[in-house]
Amino acid sequence: MRPENPNPPENAISTYSTSPRRVRKRPLLREASITWLLFGCALVSVLTTVGIVVMLAVQAAGFFRQVSVLEFLTGIQWTPLFDPQHFGVLPLVGGTLLTAGIAILVALPVGLASAIYLSEYARDSVRRVLKPMLEILAGVPTVVYGYFALTFVTPLLRSVFPNMIVFNALSAGLVMGIMIIPMVSSLSEDAMVAVPRSLRNAAYGLGATRFEVATRVVMPAAVSGIVAACILALSRAVGETMIVAIAAGSTPNLTLNPLESIQTMTAYIVQISLGETPHGTLEYYTIFAVGLLLFIMTLLMNLFGQWFVRRYREKY
Amino acid sequence: MRNGFPFKRRLKVRQVKGGVFRTMFLAATLVGTFVLIVLIVDVLRDGAGWLDWQFLTSYPSRRPEEAGLLSALFGTLWVMAFTALLSFPVGIGTAIYLEEYAPDNRLRRLIQTNINNLAGVPSIVYGLLGLSLFVQALALGRSVLAGAMTLTLMSLPVIIIAAQEAIRSVPESHRLGAFALGATRWQVVRNIVLPSALPGVLTGTILAMSRAIGEAAPMIAISALVYLTFIPTNPMDRFTVLPIQIFNWVSRPQEDFQHLAAAGIIVLLIVLLGMNAAAIILRNRYQQRTEE
Repeated sequence: MRPENPNPPENAISTYSTSPRRVRKRPLLREASITWLLFGCALVSVLTTVGIVVMLAVQAAGFFRQVSVLEFLTGIQWTPLFDPQHFGVLPLVGGTLLTAGIAILVALPVGLASAIYLSEYARDSVRRVLKPMLEILAGVPTVVYGYFALTFVTPLLRSVFPNMIVFNALSAGLVMGIMIIPMVSSLSEDAMVAVPRSLRNAAYGLGATRFEVATRVVMPAAVSGIVAACILALSRAVGETMIVAIAAGSTPNLTLNPLESIQTMTAYIVQISLGETPHGTLEYYTIFAVGLLLFIMTLLMNLFGQWFVRRYREKY
Repeated sequence: MRNGFPFKRRLKVRQVKGGVFRTMFLAATLVGTFVLIVLIVDVLRDGAGWLDWQFLTSYPSRRPEEAGLLSALFGTLWVMAFTALLSFPVGIGTAIYLEEYAPDNRLRRLIQTNINNLAGVPSIVYGLLGLSLFVQALALGRSVLAGAMTLTLMSLPVIIIAAQEAIRSVPESHRLGAFALGATRWQVVRNIVLPSALPGVLTGTILAMSRAIGEAAPMIAISALVYLTFIPTNPMDRFTVLPIQIFNWVSRPQEDFQHLAAAGIIVLLIVLLGMNAAAIILRNRYQQRTEE
């Protein structure tokens, strides 16, 4: 078609063949290699998951060769750094659930109420101011929250509970609750906004007040999204590290008393990492056993949360 | 319906209840803002007095009045640069593959589900992955590169999801127009999809980066060291980052180190604020363009 072009474009093969089939070959080759390159990118995330599972399993195997799974999962003493060593993970799990539970107790009512306000009450102009505030709250680094918990919230709480220990579950849990408010709020709000206008209008037509519409029509219709928001936020709280490492203490302690010092699974991993424990020792392997349990717990919660949304979503 | 009087009284009660709860809902929405203000005031009050040129240009020290965060600041910049360099191409590549190339089959759904789940993996688990994969198995040591690769894996799901949304918002008609003119798939992606999706992708990447540099947990697993009295000069050097330095200062009982931590937090927040402002400016320009 352009036989006299002295500088043929890169893709047009003119030197040894002019058949259209050959002319199209090089671009096709390039297309195919780009497809494979992009597929390679997508493979990175699959390999990340494989890497996490294999790495945790292999390293934790080093631990479970010396400590039985049963002792690990049912023991109520966690003293890997002292004699006599005990490897019962329940105190760490208890500490994790205690702080995460406190966090949910804070974040659920506050997050839900703010979701209701943002989706049912607030005008657009108000939303445009309030939503970015919540986004900023979600973007504050966790080490900053940890500092806030230790140097501001704890002294404040100690003026109420004078015999409270400096490092305690309550302060860390409360601040963690503040941290996950944006998550509960935005996920619940998404679910509420998805409830069709017609349902609200029907209730208004029957004479319901705005509050009644919000709590008896919108919330029940959005319940699957709200439950999922809670589960996902709980999973986030369980995996949260810096707040508890700074403010909750490093005393593995199976207790329900939030005024006591505890240690979470994540804080234990941080403690051992800081100590530069020699590679290959039993103490070193404990962090992978704890990490494996943490990974399984959060993965189950995330999968359950996603499944719950799919299973119970009302179709409109 | 016996008579109008009880209904009116009940209506009054319902309206008052509605009003009370409206105020409570608003109050709940403001809780976050209130805490944010208290937090910022608290940090400023503790740390502003310690934030000076000497603090920014000194290495860590046992004596609080001589200590600074020079090595942590530069470590953060190094790690951030390499994380951006690694995560941006892979993230956008994955998003393009999933949105433009992958057939809607089991494999695509598997990759998608997998990415959603990776976004929920605790950051400390990424730290453990980085420790055993990059630091030990690949023998990169506790280096800038190992840290950046760990943060890359951690921030990839966030970047991919943001990039997918940006790519999805490019109208189908633009693609079809280009295909009709004989463009190949890659030509469509490069000349039609990417130019209009790029600001959205960049915004997502910047936000993911700002979350990544605030993360202390995975970095502690990779590089526990904080007494670094040199600035990394190549990617294989040891490093420390701002959140680790802050964590180290917070963990000390002496009051003066708490002030140092607060001053470090101010620096960290300023860095994050700058990145978020950049993301917001990008987003606004992008929105204007799509509305045209």
